[in-house]
Amino acid sequence: MTADQARVLIAERFSGAQVDGAAPVVVSVARDAWLDLARFAKETLGCRFFSFLSAVDWKDEGLEVVCKVDNLDAGLSLLLKTRLGPGVSACPSLVPVYAGANWMERECYDMFGIAFEGHPDLRRILLGDDWVGHPLLKSYAVDTPYPPYR
Amino acid sequence: MTAWLLPFLVPFIVMNAILGIVTYVTLLERKFAARMQSRIGPYRVGPHGLLQPIADAIKLMMKEDVVPTAADRPIYNLAPIVFVLPCMFIFATIPFAPGLGVADLNIGILFFLAVSAMEIVGLFMAGWGSNNKYAMLSAMRAVNQVISYDLPFIFSALTPVLLAGSLKLSDIAAAQAGLWFIFYPVIGQLAFIAFIVSTVASENRAPFDILEAESELVAGFRVEYSGMKFALIQLGEYAHVIGASFLGALLFLGAWAGPGPEWLGPVWFLITAMLIFLLVTWVRWSFVRIRVDQILALSWKALLPSTLLLLIATAIVVVWRGVPGV
Amino acid sequence: MTIAAPRHVELDYTGSERLTMNMGPQHPSAHGVFRAILQLEGETVVGVDAVIGYLHRCHEKLAETLTYAQYPSIASKTDYVAAMTSEFAYVRAAEMIGKIEVPKRAQYLRVIAAELQRVASHLLWLGTWCLDMGGALGGGATIFLYCIREREMILDLFESLVGARLLYGFYQVGGVRYDLPAGWVDTCRQTVDVIDTRIDEYQRMLEDNPFFQVRTQGVGVISRELAQEVGIAGPLLRGSGVAFDIRRGEPYSSYEDFEFRVPVETSGDCFGRYKVRMAEFRESLTIVRQALDRLPDGPISSRPGLKSVAQTRIPKGEAYARVEGARGEVGCYLIADGSAKPYRMKWRGASFSNLAILPHIIPGHKVADVVAIMGSVDPVFGEVDR
Repeated sequence: MTADQARVLIAERFSGAQVDGAAPVVVSVARDAWLDLARFAKETLGCRFFSFLSAVDWKDEGLEVVCKVDNLDAGLSLLLKTRLGPGVSACPSLVPVYAGANWMERECYDMFGIAFEGHPDLRRILLGDDWVGHPLLKSYAVDTPYPPYR
Repeated sequence: MTAWLLPFLVPFIVMNAILGIVTYVTLLERKFAARMQSRIGPYRVGPHGLLQPIADAIKLMMKEDVVPTAADRPIYNLAPIVFVLPCMFIFATIPFAPGLGVADLNIGILFFLAVSAMEIVGLFMAGWGSNNKYAMLSAMRAVNQVISYDLPFIFSALTPVLLAGSLKLSDIAAAQAGLWFIFYPVIGQLAFIAFIVSTVASENRAPFDILEAESELVAGFRVEYSGMKFALIQLGEYAHVIGASFLGALLFLGAWAGPGPEWLGPVWFLITAMLIFLLVTWVRWSFVRIRVDQILALSWKALLPSTLLLLIATAIVVVWRGVPGV
Repeated sequence: MTIAAPRHVELDYTGSERLTMNMGPQHPSAHGVFRAILQLEGETVVGVDAVIGYLHRCHEKLAETLTYAQYPSIASKTDYVAAMTSEFAYVRAAEMIGKIEVPKRAQYLRVIAAELQRVASHLLWLGTWCLDMGGALGGGATIFLYCIREREMILDLFESLVGARLLYGFYQVGGVRYDLPAGWVDTCRQTVDVIDTRIDEYQRMLEDNPFFQVRTQGVGVISRELAQEVGIAGPLLRGSGVAFDIRRGEPYSSYEDFEFRVPVETSGDCFGRYKVRMAEFRESLTIVRQALDRLPDGPISSRPGLKSVAQTRIPKGEAYARVEGARGEVGCYLIADGSAKPYRMKWRGASFSNLAILPHIIPGHKVADVVAIMGSVDPVFGEVDR
């Protein structure tokens, strides 16, 4: 499975997907196709290795969830992206496909407040349960006071 | 000297000598371990750290005695004493030279083994009374382990008894005047190995120190103890190890039999006992700890059957040769 | 390639009372601040919940406020045991976006530092892991002190190179910050030789020891599938039979110049991970030797003489750079917006992903195995919590 083949296969299967790049192949899909894309990447493209999942806050354009998976045998890397859209903070969970998404999505929820639908155990992981806000959002100032550390 | 004083005086001297030995054995072990680990060990208190044990003892006495709120106080407070008493009693029957001992019972070894197994009561009280999960897990392990290892311990200690034909410790020592039991062909060596393994295990020394297991159970049954109570537990443990080392020297290494005049006997005894102690220490500082189920499997599946077989074999040899002794 | 099947455990509730036991955050076997809430049935662990975050400093937010010249020295505070490799990932991401050339000598110096760091980190792992299994007052402490002795030699090398012993700031965008001091190459060669012989000693001391074998073999088996799905990397992944090493699969910083083996074990247990790391020691030492032999002359940075921290500007773009750290894939996903500071930085800590395997493999093992497994995962909590 080379990057070219993967690009062709993804374009065939996901009509709305934007595909570019070679290493890694960057694939952007709509939120509805997110779980399908992950499943397709794992089962058809052989990307079994789950590298990381995170998000980017594009301010007015909303949040974007980013996930990287690899096919270690073929040397194929995929960077999967989906835009949630302005004001939306819900996204399908990848835990049914990749077990490693569990902690990563919890971290993402912790930092961005994205509610992953279908996650078995969505709670804060790095910050305390009583933390207010989601620090990696651009709207969260670095010097936001937090009790008792005011 | 009046005759009524003697029964008090001798135990007093022995007790204090044992306390002194135990105190300084900690220094010996620390120095020995340090050399194994390419360190220097205690060096600052006194020349070559010779006063370190004294400093430790004083420090432990000065420490605050913290009692957890949730502890079962009577049991918690009693446990160190219950633990330390049998560890001291075991020295009662050990003859340090012909005629020099507290009480040379004619069932001396039986007394030793019985009393040494009693320490488990103190251990369990400490673990239970602390009302701490780590301590309780450790107490459960203690019961498991001590019971499983006392049997091979007893069986391996009984092999010299059969060879000597007496339960009296001074008789066993005297029987080795010609040949130490460790040099008795095949049987002696096997029994010695079994004795060392089960000693290490029933004294809860590494690699069988699952009671203490500080990487899992923090400090095991003594996690909630501090100050003098902790010192007592520590004292008891070391006393038990030293007691077992003396027993090993007595059963296998000829006790006070050695070259030189007769008054050197106790010195030889001390040296051979320390050799056994250092052997145990050597094992301690070079092995990783094994798991509780593996420890139990080792005892019930390997050590117990083999020591039992060894005992039977010894009995057959003794009967075949017709006379007990070497 | 055969893989041991994942340990299947019947976890029937037999009516006995379960004990909830906390391991950590302060616990002798935690390699940092980590809390595992164990559900015990007797001595057997039936459930585990991992609580992390005690060391969280929000590195990702911090990176958005620091310039490309400032952050590398902060990056070393993520994985403080292998600080060199954490810096490496960040500067490499910035160089990928900016298409910044790195001089050959700088590339070699980076390799030397990274490989020495791997050896130092593995030494600490071996010591602490044995300490976990052998106890602070037992055989483990002996190995621990031996390993610390060797690690000290590498830290001395770093000290004479950088001036710091733990957190370096050696890497910078475009190259490295310091050139080798006089005589460093010879000292380095001697150290490498000494460590090479000592590794043999440890291997003999441990592998010939039946107690060590029973504690590690068949304990904490990770299947090939689970390993990939959870995304564990580095020695853990190779210990589970996946022959993937970023240095080989996606060579960076002239790793293609060096000859080395990628050790793989198929057993997937603690012993397999141990074997992989022991082999990696030797491979790293070989790489260091080769790099010292062929060290080219030339500049050590393509962007020398920084005058202000905001001088390094990276054009708009994004990149994911990963390096093979001591604990696996250390990745940095960087989005630049053309200013002197990144727009977003995602840190993929190898330990974070590796630690996520624990809830999958611990249930069914004994309490004592928990520490053995945790030690074999080799987490560094600065990197887990970031």
